[in-house]
Amino acid sequence: MRDGAEIIGAAVIPVGTGTSGPARAMEAALKDAGLTQADMDVTAATGYGRNTLSEAGHVFSELSCHARGAYWLFPGVRTVLDIGGQDAKALSVLPGGKLGGFVMNDKCAAGTGRFLEVMARILDIDLDTLSRLDLESQECVEISSTCTVFAESEVISQLSKGTKPEDLAAAISRAVAFRGCGLLRRLGLTEPLFMTGGVARHGGVVRAIEAELKIPVHTDQRAQLAGAIGAALMAYDKITREGE
Amino acid sequence: MDDHIERKPAKIRLREIAEKATQDAWEAKLRGEKVGWCASNFPQEITTTLGIPVVFPENHAAGVAAKGGGQRMCEYAESMGYSSDLCSYSRISFAYAALKECPELNIPQPDFLLCCNNICNCMIKWYENLAVELDIPLLLIDIPHLDAFPCDEDRIRYIRAQFDDCIRKLEELTGKKWDEERFKEVMAISQRSSRAWLKAVSYAQYTPSPYSGFDIFNNMAVAVVARGTVEAAEAFEQLAEEYEENVKNGVSTFKAEEKYRVLFEGIACWANLSYTFKTLKNLGINVTATVYGPAFSFLYDNLDELMAAYSYVPNCNVFERELELRVNDAIRHKVDGAIFHINRSCKHWSGTLYEMERQLREKAGIPTVVFDGDQADPRVFSEAQYLTRIEALVEIMEENKRKGARK
Repeated sequence: MRDGAEIIGAAVIPVGTGTSGPARAMEAALKDAGLTQADMDVTAATGYGRNTLSEAGHVFSELSCHARGAYWLFPGVRTVLDIGGQDAKALSVLPGGKLGGFVMNDKCAAGTGRFLEVMARILDIDLDTLSRLDLESQECVEISSTCTVFAESEVISQLSKGTKPEDLAAAISRAVAFRGCGLLRRLGLTEPLFMTGGVARHGGVVRAIEAELKIPVHTDQRAQLAGAIGAALMAYDKITREGE
Repeated sequence: MDDHIERKPAKIRLREIAEKATQDAWEAKLRGEKVGWCASNFPQEITTTLGIPVVFPENHAAGVAAKGGGQRMCEYAESMGYSSDLCSYSRISFAYAALKECPELNIPQPDFLLCCNNICNCMIKWYENLAVELDIPLLLIDIPHLDAFPCDEDRIRYIRAQFDDCIRKLEELTGKKWDEERFKEVMAISQRSSRAWLKAVSYAQYTPSPYSGFDIFNNMAVAVVARGTVEAAEAFEQLAEEYEENVKNGVSTFKAEEKYRVLFEGIACWANLSYTFKTLKNLGINVTATVYGPAFSFLYDNLDELMAAYSYVPNCNVFERELELRVNDAIRHKVDGAIFHINRSCKHWSGTLYEMERQLREKAGIPTVVFDGDQADPRVFSEAQYLTRIEALVEIMEENKRKGARK
């Protein structure tokens, strides 16, 4: 980001810390911006593995970053639902984008992006297709298992009974949506609601949350970057405050 | 006594008392006396008065887990056919009853079992299973869980009848005789211990707290195993004196700057104690409130109150009363936030935890965080997930302090 105001380069690499992922993400984001590491005033890290990125001058917890990033993408947001690959969380956001409070998913993978990845693999489709397929659903079926492995068996058995993939896609989206709605209810929901994380791009889940809560769910094409945006803004605050 | 002889620090004395309690049980066993396995909140006035040696499977399991044996023992129990959904203390106990030894910590095998379900109703089935497996007698004191506070007359009469019945059965089982005078003495000593323990714990109200909150997890062992002994009473009194001295000198056993003060709810993650503690310490978080003060101090002035006191332990008491204890502690001990441990093992405790968290957050006006873990099974704890939650809590506490400073 430049001057805490403009995204000039971004990259998403879906592999974790301890692999070449972080280095590839850094390289791709810098290339996208037409810069090198030497051009950077400050580099910040957030998310799992944040403490191992050697280039990072600042490290922030991802919850604060998502609140701040969401506020930048959608000024005035009061509640954020972030569903990423590792976990899901509902955040209350204070005016200005500070984190007011939060609740997170329990230890189970169900209700996270990982659940969708596993289900897409069983249906033998990619994530983008899974995110649209619910629109063709004609019949309501239910995936009720709270365990990803159990849900996997449930989907396989539904497929063998001849249930259509589009009906299963809708059921899978609803399963993730209901767990997210549970978090929002525990937290206490104040509108407007904004979604961040990779699952914000999954139209099926967003539609299912809107149907369940009967309120609009706002999101943004860049919502998957909310954590990174928040980290950049918080780092920008630090260096400008120090400069004062 | 010679004043020049320096006293051992209270924490050393307390550790020695806990170790001696186990050692005494070993020696009694060697002498041919009958030794019991006893629930942590069983009325110790009975066993102490009768002079019956007992050891505590809950403390044993916690000790095994803290020394790194939790996972191995749990897996052993699972290979025997026990579900991984069972309490990890019970799994360690089943494994130990089968294996008879454990490199981390050994206790004598039992000749009888003393169960009291005030801390946990599932414990009845745990002890019943041990009784069948080991073919030994089980004595149960059934403390009815409260639906209103305080404990009513009917419940007190019901507990009292079992108390008397248990004494009679233990006399028959061990050949030892009940002595009313000794009983009065034990009650008086227990009161002295409990008051000293509560006093020591209460010093966390000072800023900075004169002690690290995780010390409570270690020191509380004596409140369980030796509350009715003069040695314990004296050691707790010394602990309170040391804390008072620390307050006067502005020092603490918490070896970091106390930037934040929190309430820690739930049993410690014994198998992950080091990580959970160091993470907090590195962020300048000291635990200044836990439920362990009141949980292991039983205050009473007469026999009826003694019976009632055993229904005031966590899980047995009504939710509103438990909440009130935490809210009062949070306010009195000036906490900036609260950390709730959803303990996979303890369905009973975890059952009310989300609501406890919500109400504490509102009534005490503090941020709260919940993390998943277990009291003894390290397989259900994730370091990265714990760290993420604690760091977020810190960022909210930091912001609250900044806002408070601006006001």
